[in-house]
Amino acid sequence: MSRQVKVRVWRGDKNEGGLKDFDVEVNEGEVVLDIIHRIQATQAPDLAVRWNCKAGKCGSCSAEVNGRPRLMCLTRMNTFGPDETITVTPLRTFPVIRDLVTDVSFNYKKAREIPAFEGPKGLKLGEYRMSQVDVERSQEFRKCIECFLCQDVCHVIRDHEENKESFAGPRFFIRLAELDMHPLDTLDRRREAQEEHGLGFCNITKCCTEVCPEHIRITDNAIIPMKERVADVKYDPARWLGSKISRREERD
Amino acid sequence: MTEIERHPYDVVVIGAGGAGLRAAVEARASGLRTAIICKSLFGKAHTVMAEGGIAASMGNVNSKDNWQVHFRDTLRGGKFLNNYRMAELHAKESPDRVWELETWGALFDRTPEGKISQRNFGGHEYPRLAHVGDRTGLELIRTMQQAIVSLQQKDAKEFGDAEARIKVFAETTITEIIVNDGVVAGALGYTRESGRFILFEAPAVIIATGGIGKSFKITSNSWEGTGDGQALALKAGSRLVDMEFMQFHPTGMIWPPSVRGLLVTESVRGDGGVLTNSEGRRFMFDYIPAVFKEMYADNEEEGDRWYKDQENNRRPPELLPRDEVARAINSEVKAGRGSPHGGVFLDVSKRLPADVIKKKLPSMWHQFMELADVDITKTAMEVGPTAHYVMGGILVDPDTGAADNVNGLFAAGEVAGGLHGSNRLGGNSLSDLLVFGRRAGAGAVAYVNALGDARTAAPDAEVERAVKEALAPFKNDGGENPYTLHQELQQTTNDLVGIIRTADELQASIGRLAELRSRLSKVTVEGNIQFNPGWHLALDLGNMLLVSECIAKSALMREESRGGHTRDDFPKMSSEWRKVNLVSKATDSGVSVEKRPLPKMPPELISLFEIDELKKYLTEEELTELKGSHS
Repeated sequence: MSRQVKVRVWRGDKNEGGLKDFDVEVNEGEVVLDIIHRIQATQAPDLAVRWNCKAGKCGSCSAEVNGRPRLMCLTRMNTFGPDETITVTPLRTFPVIRDLVTDVSFNYKKAREIPAFEGPKGLKLGEYRMSQVDVERSQEFRKCIECFLCQDVCHVIRDHEENKESFAGPRFFIRLAELDMHPLDTLDRRREAQEEHGLGFCNITKCCTEVCPEHIRITDNAIIPMKERVADVKYDPARWLGSKISRREERD
Repeated sequence: MTEIERHPYDVVVIGAGGAGLRAAVEARASGLRTAIICKSLFGKAHTVMAEGGIAASMGNVNSKDNWQVHFRDTLRGGKFLNNYRMAELHAKESPDRVWELETWGALFDRTPEGKISQRNFGGHEYPRLAHVGDRTGLELIRTMQQAIVSLQQKDAKEFGDAEARIKVFAETTITEIIVNDGVVAGALGYTRESGRFILFEAPAVIIATGGIGKSFKITSNSWEGTGDGQALALKAGSRLVDMEFMQFHPTGMIWPPSVRGLLVTESVRGDGGVLTNSEGRRFMFDYIPAVFKEMYADNEEEGDRWYKDQENNRRPPELLPRDEVARAINSEVKAGRGSPHGGVFLDVSKRLPADVIKKKLPSMWHQFMELADVDITKTAMEVGPTAHYVMGGILVDPDTGAADNVNGLFAAGEVAGGLHGSNRLGGNSLSDLLVFGRRAGAGAVAYVNALGDARTAAPDAEVERAVKEALAPFKNDGGENPYTLHQELQQTTNDLVGIIRTADELQASIGRLAELRSRLSKVTVEGNIQFNPGWHLALDLGNMLLVSECIAKSALMREESRGGHTRDDFPKMSSEWRKVNLVSKATDSGVSVEKRPLPKMPPELISLFEIDELKKYLTEEELTELKGSHS
């Protein structure tokens, strides 16, 4: 059952590095992360890689496999040709720390810039009421496992360090959309999406949706609706207030 | 002396899963400066993998549910070895802890009235688990993560520094709690990125590091579950309780080999999945133990009817507590009635239409499609037991989470022992994290406030010694490979301390563990201290070995079978052993285990049970005493 494959892994740190070749055994059902672990256990014990659950649930083992942003734990080895060389490199959008590990602190910084959920005042514990259809829209975005593959692939920041300051990226557009569509959130998220987080930079190429391991429809269900609402409400707070009130009446 | 970064804090929380984050919110909400030490990136903790839900008797789906019913179920699940006070607090406080998550933005699935929906689960009498599809753990961790961020946003406004009063130290591992004469002075650790050491100087340390699954070969746990907190507590002079009780979740994936052990949520059975053997028989009907006879259907027709009408039918035995189901699967496979890859079949495709399966069990559907090429809407899954959860843990005060024997040390979550007795019910873990995370946070706050300025300094010599020990693998030239040693440890626990145990095998495991321990000092690490997984594993191995020794020695001492501890040579449950907890502590030569009486349940709690049920668990002597007090 087992066979040998050629794997090229980027090794190095912020100063220097390059691709290193390994010949590795592959067994039935294995994924790229198994192969990286085998290299660690048998050939390069200090090979740095992030991983946790190995089940596509934590979003830690993000890397680029043959140039494509992937979770290594969900990339099956049998999806490659028998003689294909597999190249594994760190996420390009973020600075390298060591080997396959990058500095993703950009994302944690952006997370802090989005005001938290602000629920209605005066409700006691257990008094929240929301209907299933209403929570489902936001629930789709809360499936996000923060693997940051969408951030990695996004061309606004992938090769444009200069845009990082004013652009939060797809992960945080779905966070904004999630809060905006939360049936009980009381803040207006739209103007800040445009003005603070750079929603306007996105020209909906849908690369983020394509790489999302959770199959969240980032562009169609979050970014485009947010863009439409931003256009709707732009500089007209009265209309925003009206829309919130009418939504609430529909619910009741 | 190696250069060490120093950070003064009021409270240091080790671990950033559900319990750690809930504890940190509590500490920070009281105004104390709080550090959260996170072994991975923020938001990646093992809590993320919890699938089924959070148990809380909110009574949203069946209004008959209340804390007393939840308390009873928890004790039945744990076979009456639970710490009664923890089970009481847990049952009473879980609903508030779940509702609180909503105020931080959590979005649970809803009932038609718009309340939080609740689902059936093994061992719970009523639908009790608040859930979000089958990704409830992700919702919990993200909600807590965002609650921390919202506190940081407040600090940013007030102090111009988001990290003024609560800071997350990501990818940082604590190697020792620094104790001065039985009093906590801080914690020492290293950051993965630079390999540099950090000393957290703090009067209170809360351990919330989770489990020990990575000691086992087939496990549902992520790499972080290496028993760090249990080992830190032992080394600091505290004690562990109930370490013989290890939960093997009945349904882990078994094929392909690279995903062996990965969890298949109990919701599959809660939503109607049935277990069959190679002969197509629903074998669980053959394994209903005497203590549960009255509560479970004894024929398929009644079990099937229960999914539609729970008032007039008993639940199917697929929903027995996990220990029962795991042992049954084990027996079927041993008897030669297993599936092709050595498990049994779990099938939900015949009960539910494809679109409902995809909606209720989306992660399971993806997991099997992407990792095993199996479409669970069409065919059965192959499943088998996987090491999932350790019931035992740090011996704590139920109300405050204060750890035994060390002032200023607290613990909460999987790393603490007592709540679950000999077996944990599904769904009781996430609620445990929230209830006791909060309590440990409050316990630490009270301790720090009472202490005033009388803080203990970390002795330089202690710190220096701890740093030296952590760096030792770079100096060794013994040539042992940490990865090889880890595999041998996993094989040992798998073969000798697994789901079915015997005195001979346990004795052998203790010998093997001692040998591995002596080889640990010969582990050699290549490369430098920056993000070096070989070095990290070498340090984690010490923890895994120490805690595995507690498991093996406690398992050898307990001569009965109960919950997550099954002795082939003592197959029955013993009323005498129910009166006893086993407590482990570290000694110069390893670990020693001793008996400790189980705290006695007060009348108002024990009277929640019928005498007929108590007869199955209590000794004659206890029953006589009880009847006396009742009359």
